[in-house]
Amino acid sequence: MELTRLKGWLLAIGFVVLVAVPPAVTAMDETFYITLISRIMIFAIAALSLDLILGFGGMISFGHAAYLGLGSYAVGILAFHEITNGWLQLFVAIGGSAVVALIIGAICLRTSGIYFIMITLAMTQLLFFIGISLETYGGDDGLPTDRSEFAAFIDLGNEWILFYLILGFLVLCMYISWRLINSRFGMVIRGCHENEARMQAIGFPTYRYKLLAFVISGSMCGIAGFLLANLTEFVTPEFMHWFRSGEIMIMVLVGGMGTLFGPVVGAFAFLMFEEIISGFTENWPVIFGPLLVLLVLFAKQGVWGLLPKSKAGDG
Amino acid sequence: MADPILKVEDLMKSFGGVVATDQFFFDIQQGEFHAIIGPNGAGKTTLVAQISGMLKPDSGRILFDGQDITGLSAAERSHLGLARSFQITSVFRHFSARQNVALSIQARQGHSFRFWKPAARDSSLTEPAMKILSDLGLANRANVLADNLSHGEKRQLEIAMALATDPKLLLLDEPTAGMGAEDSARIREFLGGLKGKYSMLLIEHDMDTVFSLADRVTVLVYGRGIATGTPEEVRGNAEVRAAYLGEDDAAHA
Ligand SMILES: Nc1ncnc2c1ncn2[C@@H]1O[C@H](COP(=O)(O)OP(=O)(O)OP(=O)(O)O)[C@@H](O)[C@H]1O
Ligand SMILES: [Mg+2]
Repeated sequence: MELTRLKGWLLAIGFVVLVAVPPAVTAMDETFYITLISRIMIFAIAALSLDLILGFGGMISFGHAAYLGLGSYAVGILAFHEITNGWLQLFVAIGGSAVVALIIGAICLRTSGIYFIMITLAMTQLLFFIGISLETYGGDDGLPTDRSEFAAFIDLGNEWILFYLILGFLVLCMYISWRLINSRFGMVIRGCHENEARMQAIGFPTYRYKLLAFVISGSMCGIAGFLLANLTEFVTPEFMHWFRSGEIMIMVLVGGMGTLFGPVVGAFAFLMFEEIISGFTENWPVIFGPLLVLLVLFAKQGVWGLLPKSKAGDG
Repeated sequence: MADPILKVEDLMKSFGGVVATDQFFFDIQQGEFHAIIGPNGAGKTTLVAQISGMLKPDSGRILFDGQDITGLSAAERSHLGLARSFQITSVFRHFSARQNVALSIQARQGHSFRFWKPAARDSSLTEPAMKILSDLGLANRANVLADNLSHGEKRQLEIAMALATDPKLLLLDEPTAGMGAEDSARIREFLGGLKGKYSMLLIEHDMDTVFSLADRVTVLVYGRGIATGTPEEVRGNAEVRAAYLGEDDAAHA
């Protein structure tokens, strides 16, 4: 999967614009946008991670919010016990997501089709209800939390610094995903999506590769959860609600399944749209729904997929 | 004498009421070019699926190079040196021809838990892939998406992917299925060139090909092997003539 020159330029321009957001909106006295864009970038990481298994691996996980929740609870619960070290929290967010993804993946990868979707959904609902039952940590009221503490020069109390940290993670996750998709491992995952029987016939034990992809995807989404808790200074089972899983999936669809960077664009499009339209009407899904249907009908590969592709064979 | 490369003992497989493989015994010697013929629905593809590990037999044993492989997965069998091609083209449509072949090569190079280096620029994958593509006359189509290849080219790619796993035994399920006369003649010539280099099981409807290339022929009817022997023996077999050759001139087409 090579980037065309056009896509490369768009990404570069997007990056420059994002870097300019905090000073620009501060100058315009609209600092609220720093929080909004931070939130969008976090969901961009979540959508990107989902696309790794959904778009490339063909695994329709309808429970990706689980890792958003796990990542954020890693911050909330550790902070509750006065462990505020950011590195440690991040490690637990990633590790915890990985372990849960391993368990969920090991079970649901033995099924396929609608069963796969239903089991990922059910598992995430289970985590949602566990979150509600954790009275110590706020139950369904949620749990206010402090921001993670890194070395002195990364003071997350500063909105700008938090913004740039999130941007840094987004760029890092995009780069890692890009390497991953083009590596030997990535070829195996994409091959499994296309024709799993043939993959087995030429000698790939496909289950273990798909399971690892599932774990990598969950861990990456755990990072998004870690960042979300820091941004909102609050963790709640709502982060794991199936509705959130659906939103992440819509971002992938809007941006373009299997386009790698499309879901990042999808997260921006979806959340910006929500932000703007919800200012006019409470019933914004009524407008968004039909638009989504049109998009899926006329642009199967989402908005990113409307851009010209690179030469044949490189995706 | 060396073990046969493949030995099938008392294999049984039924789908509901249909017995697709019925008390089937046969073997392929090292280096042998063995053909299976039989009318449509005789159970040829079902047999290949069981030998390659994609379908579990109801009972019976399969030995590969002296080792019982009945319980092994398709991927494990592939690593032992068993490769198959598919009657219904089964290529990766969204990969280029080169990427299709490179995947087979990647599989034989051990595990693929390698996450960083781009596979497309890995010459240990692309060079051997190009070599095999040129052997099959597809070198100038290497960068074309498999989906955009002609039917004949897809069939060639199908064989290239099986060959690229570096097998000891090749199972080819109607490699010329649906191909034009000119293309299939070329493929048959190519298969003739493989004779002696690999042990081979060829499923083929074209009698001229079978009788000119095969060392031995097995005739399958309703899942049963009704005869095995040299082309002359099989041609002369009365039961075969009655069940298949004599009655069904269409098989010569
Ligand atoms: N998955 C399946 N489920 C049910 N029946 C099957 C299945 N696969 C094959 N059969 C049946 O088993 C019998 C053998 O089929 P098979 O495809 O092996 O025949 P074949 O010799 O390869 O035929 P052809 O020359 O048309 O390729 C047929 O009656 C077929 O309908
Ligand atoms: Mg068949």
